[in-house]
Amino acid sequence: MSDYWITENPLNPRDVIDLVIRPEAGAINTFIGTVREFTEGKQTLFLEYQAYESMAVKKMEEIGHEIEQQWPDARTAIAHRTGRLEISDIAVVIAVSTPHRADSYEASRYAIERMKEIVPIWKKEHWHDGEKWIGDQKEKHPGVPSKEEVQ
Amino acid sequence: MNRLLFFAELQEQMGAEQLELQAEGQTIEELKGYIGDTYQLHKVKEAMVAVNEEFAVNDYQIQDHDVIAFIPPVSGG
Repeated sequence: MSDYWITENPLNPRDVIDLVIRPEAGAINTFIGTVREFTEGKQTLFLEYQAYESMAVKKMEEIGHEIEQQWPDARTAIAHRTGRLEISDIAVVIAVSTPHRADSYEASRYAIERMKEIVPIWKKEHWHDGEKWIGDQKEKHPGVPSKEEVQ
Repeated sequence: MNRLLFFAELQEQMGAEQLELQAEGQTIEELKGYIGDTYQLHKVKEAMVAVNEEFAVNDYQIQDHDVIAFIPPVSGG
């Protein structure tokens, strides 16, 4: 099984963690992104995630490589769920193992921030009074990705 | 021929996940203009674009068989 995947099935954090456990690691940092019910007072009924799956997996792998360049002893695994998710369902699990704890925190944070920049996954909010695809990509100039994003 | 892929709100507004057309020789920017005008899909101009699963700049010149995906702002996680 790959260390990076997208699935419509419920995610089990243990499956992601198991991929980075190894004798060299003294720390495993796990990030779990869940479906939030209230955003600034507005109630979400459920979310719908959609992915450009082949590219999303590729970009998740790329994040893993970036992490290994920045933190050479780190190992990363990432899983993201798509389809309809209910409140508190797990949308994403990131596990990073490193020899020492400081690096695992930093690399884990890097992974989720980077996910929101380069991985083509979208979410649609469903409320009582409507629905909307939400994007919060940190894109500076619409339609013109930065050089780093293209490379 | 080229395959164009649409996601999220672009897919809903387009009413289709994909479209086949001949875009060889056009730049991404020209293609965005064409799609925006022809399908009243003006938000396509704000989308990022991936060619064969890699982000591409607006002045990239499209080649035969390129798969072009319009990537509205993402929000995974």
